[in-house]
Amino acid sequence: MPLRYDSFKEGDPLPVLKKKPGVTQLVKYAAGGGDFNPLHHDFAFPQSKAIGSIIVHGRFKYAALGELVSNWLDHGGRIRKLSCQYRGMDLPDKEMTLGGTVKRKWTEGGEKLAELELFVTNEEGKNTTPGSAVVVLRG
Amino acid sequence: MAEKIEITPEMRAVVGVETPPWTHEVTTTSVRAFARGVGYTDLVYFDEAEAKRRGYRSLPAPATYFGTPIFIPGKSNDTFSNPIQTGPSLKHGLRNVLDGGAEIEYEGDICAGDTLTVTSKVADLAVRESKTTGAMLIVTQETTCRNQHGKVVAKQRSQGLFY
Repeated sequence: MPLRYDSFKEGDPLPVLKKKPGVTQLVKYAAGGGDFNPLHHDFAFPQSKAIGSIIVHGRFKYAALGELVSNWLDHGGRIRKLSCQYRGMDLPDKEMTLGGTVKRKWTEGGEKLAELELFVTNEEGKNTTPGSAVVVLRG
Repeated sequence: MAEKIEITPEMRAVVGVETPPWTHEVTTTSVRAFARGVGYTDLVYFDEAEAKRRGYRSLPAPATYFGTPIFIPGKSNDTFSNPIQTGPSLKHGLRNVLDGGAEIEYEGDICAGDTLTVTSKVADLAVRESKTTGAMLIVTQETTCRNQHGKVVAKQRSQGLFY
């Protein structure tokens, strides 16, 4: 059901999205997104060796936060703004939990808006990728 | 590991210089490839009939996807797929790069069938100390996407961390 402005309130959590990308998923993301940095698929790459592993593309997490917000909207609105900062590296085959909460909702210039606080936590519970979004609801 | 990074006048001179425009294509196949790479299961990004049923012109671009830069051997970066900068480039000699973060702001919709004209510029340079990597050069890049009607549809700011 498309999300409506009156169907949520400030403080509401977004339904979480779990991801556990393995190397093959990262290769698919590389092909879809065009980022073929070996740091995301080649364990023999010097930077991967220095880090001890290949790492998940930051942009994969950015896009996945977009998926989280889009799933919540279910086409009842659009993303106006989406941002995140990569504070920690995520490794392949580790579960990431993506989620968020409604920080604020308001109307402005005839638009129905909501601001969201977003996170990506790793298996140790650390938020590796704090983010935020502003969405515009249709109805 | 760099002990110290100096932002030279030559590096400063690059700030604000816009790249020549480059074409990004948004096609049904490229939208599917991106959505598949992220792991979307919503059929709107895969099935045109479903996209139309939900009110879109064609498959909508998933969040953060603003098309695939057309790839031309010799003119495109073989690793990152973006055009090789023909204008003044940042010369810092640092070998490693990490992504610091990104922010996208939409001013219009993007769907399969759109052709975007994309320009970018270095918006800011800064130096930060990191416990794990030593000194880092933070390059903030601003990218502007215009559609085939000349309308700005998205702007992205992103931070590259060089060390």
